[in-house]
Amino acid sequence: MTGSSKAQPKPAHQTEALAVRTGADIPGRPAAPAEIADPGNLMARRDRVRVRPYGDTWDDGAVQISFTLPVAAGPAGQEAARQLVAKMGFDDVKVVAQQDLGGGFAMFVVYGKTEETVDLSLIEVPRPRFDVLEFDRLNEYVRDRIGRKLVVVGACTGTDAHTIGLDAIMNIKGYAGHHGLESYPEIEAHNLGSQVANEALVARAMDLEADALLVSQVVTEKDIHIPNLTQLVEMLEAEGYRDEIVLICGGPRISHELAVELGFDAGFGPGTLPPEVASFIAQEVVRRGLA
Amino acid sequence: MSLQIEVDQKQVQRARQAAGRITREIQDYIDRHTTDTIERTVARFFGIDGTDGEGVPLPNIVVDNIHRSGQLGRGAALLIGRAMAYHDLDAQEVAEAVSRGAVDLGKVPARFEDEGREIAAKLAAEATATATARRREREAWLKRCPSGPPPLLYVIVATGNIYEDVIQAQSAARQGADIVAVIRTTGQSLLDYVPYGVVGGGFGGTYATQEHFRIMRRALDEVSAETGRYIRLVNYCSGLCMPEIAAMGALERLDMMLNDAMYGVLFRDINMRRTFVDQFLSRVVNAYAGVIINTGEDNYMTTSDPVQHGHTVLASQFINEAFAGRAGLQPWQIGLGHVFCMDPALPDGLLYDLAQAALTRAVFPDCTLKYMPQTRYKTGDIFASYAIDVLHNLTSVTTGQNITLLGMLTEAIHTPYLQDRYLAVANARYVLRAAGHLGSELVVRPDGRIAARARQVLDGAVAMLDQVDKAGLIAALEQGLFAGIRRRRDAGKGGEGVVERRPDYFNPILDRMLAENRVAVNGGDPE
Repeated sequence: MTGSSKAQPKPAHQTEALAVRTGADIPGRPAAPAEIADPGNLMARRDRVRVRPYGDTWDDGAVQISFTLPVAAGPAGQEAARQLVAKMGFDDVKVVAQQDLGGGFAMFVVYGKTEETVDLSLIEVPRPRFDVLEFDRLNEYVRDRIGRKLVVVGACTGTDAHTIGLDAIMNIKGYAGHHGLESYPEIEAHNLGSQVANEALVARAMDLEADALLVSQVVTEKDIHIPNLTQLVEMLEAEGYRDEIVLICGGPRISHELAVELGFDAGFGPGTLPPEVASFIAQEVVRRGLA
Repeated sequence: MSLQIEVDQKQVQRARQAAGRITREIQDYIDRHTTDTIERTVARFFGIDGTDGEGVPLPNIVVDNIHRSGQLGRGAALLIGRAMAYHDLDAQEVAEAVSRGAVDLGKVPARFEDEGREIAAKLAAEATATATARRREREAWLKRCPSGPPPLLYVIVATGNIYEDVIQAQSAARQGADIVAVIRTTGQSLLDYVPYGVVGGGFGGTYATQEHFRIMRRALDEVSAETGRYIRLVNYCSGLCMPEIAAMGALERLDMMLNDAMYGVLFRDINMRRTFVDQFLSRVVNAYAGVIINTGEDNYMTTSDPVQHGHTVLASQFINEAFAGRAGLQPWQIGLGHVFCMDPALPDGLLYDLAQAALTRAVFPDCTLKYMPQTRYKTGDIFASYAIDVLHNLTSVTTGQNITLLGMLTEAIHTPYLQDRYLAVANARYVLRAAGHLGSELVVRPDGRIAARARQVLDGAVAMLDQVDKAGLIAALEQGLFAGIRRRRDAGKGGEGVVERRPDYFNPILDRMLAENRVAVNGGDPE
């Protein structure tokens, strides 16, 4: 048989009675057994209502899990891990590795299959609404619609000293080939750096008559960023300044939904590019008549 | 033997001379000033510990009292000793009396000053004897339980709860980690006091307290005895309490301290004069206690571009080395930090990293090099992260680094889980086993990419040090020459804690330690 091992028939319970292609149209290959499903064909017909993980057999629900138990490695530990994953609702649970960590702990790597599905049509992810304007168009937009430079103040606040995200958006160098806000002729960008107290940030923003405040929060262990971001919103409200500005937060664990919930206008997660932030600020300033 | 790289010794010499001049100017300033935390360090060495009813540490109560009297420039040693003589109390009793408002240290008759100096000198002798005893204990441990071949494997624990840290640290040590650092809670560096006792509630780390040092030391000694390998303990001499933490480490046998001459200025916005003055005494104490310091140049690469600014790391290492030497640290005690930091998307990124690591090895042959893992380009993809750490470990072993801080596959997600540390140790041990002699088998082409990159970095460092030498270090920091961060000389936290020494300034701890540090120029390497 010249076919690769991939052409081996799958156990009957893993195959689906979907449309199949026999492979007979591939020159020089023998026809594959008829019950093999062609992933290309399956992809075309994929179900958006019942979505489940895909390992190597369409819709197999395969999931990998790893964790540590306060149990030494051994048959009992292995069985404990298996039962635990079975209780999580997984079928066909296999403990594929266990490693003793000493001191009565062991790590397990486990595979299981889930019957659960999600309905994509019911999923709605809140996102800030704006059109992304690239560098030239953004500058043009600010000149035409606002008629003066936008003042943007950015900082890592509280005890956070990780400026990588802030710098990616603010610094001239920028991120992924997109220069940061400092490089836009129509934006006056002030990067206040790390560990800026909320008081200092509010004072500086009011001093500069900022149009937008950008707050980066990278350290989010034990949700330290939540009280810090909330406090900023409260301070701005107390100063009567909240409605005068576009307030944005960003960071690896920040979502737009969370940001809005905390009283921000937008939240940007990892991978956000400077023109996206600039576009949101400019369009929000125009939309709210802050110019 | 590790991967050898040719360096232009004339350039290295030029850099070292520039660093010597750059630090001399600052040292003149250091030698004319003291700070709140320096004087609290003296109080701690004199045995003053604990807190008042409201949780304020007694060393703070004592030094604040002296500061308010306007006599801090004479040194806490004199004022504490004087009060001990006048009131016939021991140091702790004096501190407690000050906290009750029963004693005002500024108001003790001058006739008790000679006796006060004598008492203080005696307390200093006892304190340094204790620090020496701790150092001898470590040497004995190392004889009994020697370390394996380099690089030593360094892991962190950071649960926020010292008892949880113990579980994590002991597990890591049993799996093969040689060094355990207890990361401090975010923001402790900005506290102008050291918390007391057992304190929970840290985030991203655990409060550094003397009691925590004691608890972790005991836990690691237990595993040292069990495994036959001495497990080293690390904490942070940085922030607003650099010398106090050094004192606590000297008294509790910590083995290493994060201790950079400029880190606080750049990354914590601490006043530069405060940091320069503080780092000096902290390093004098670390030198005396046989502690290996770890500098923080790796942090530069979290804010500036590694390709463009690799030379700033080397330049800063020369400056850190020069400051360290002035405090009496021997080369083996100078753990210079650098980092495996190239963007994984960069073609030949590994070559850049090999070049800088081999260059650092060649330029600082006798220093203890600490090689830090990639963190900048880790996103949460644990699988990619684990692959990156393989190359970090490969570079570390190939270029003869002394310490390798292990990358965590869950970097950028959470502080390490028990299993994350195991996987990191397993990764490192595999690479060390498989590639132990790779560096000594390979020859770097003199006309190749690695050699060219190393020359570029060294030349860049020399040019930068020339520039700093011309401008002065303070002006260079104001211009943002390091890590692209600008700091003004009078701004930053803690500047109000710097006080000019008076002609009769008295600090018997500093005097004793510095005198002995200088004597021990070639001695003391327990390794």
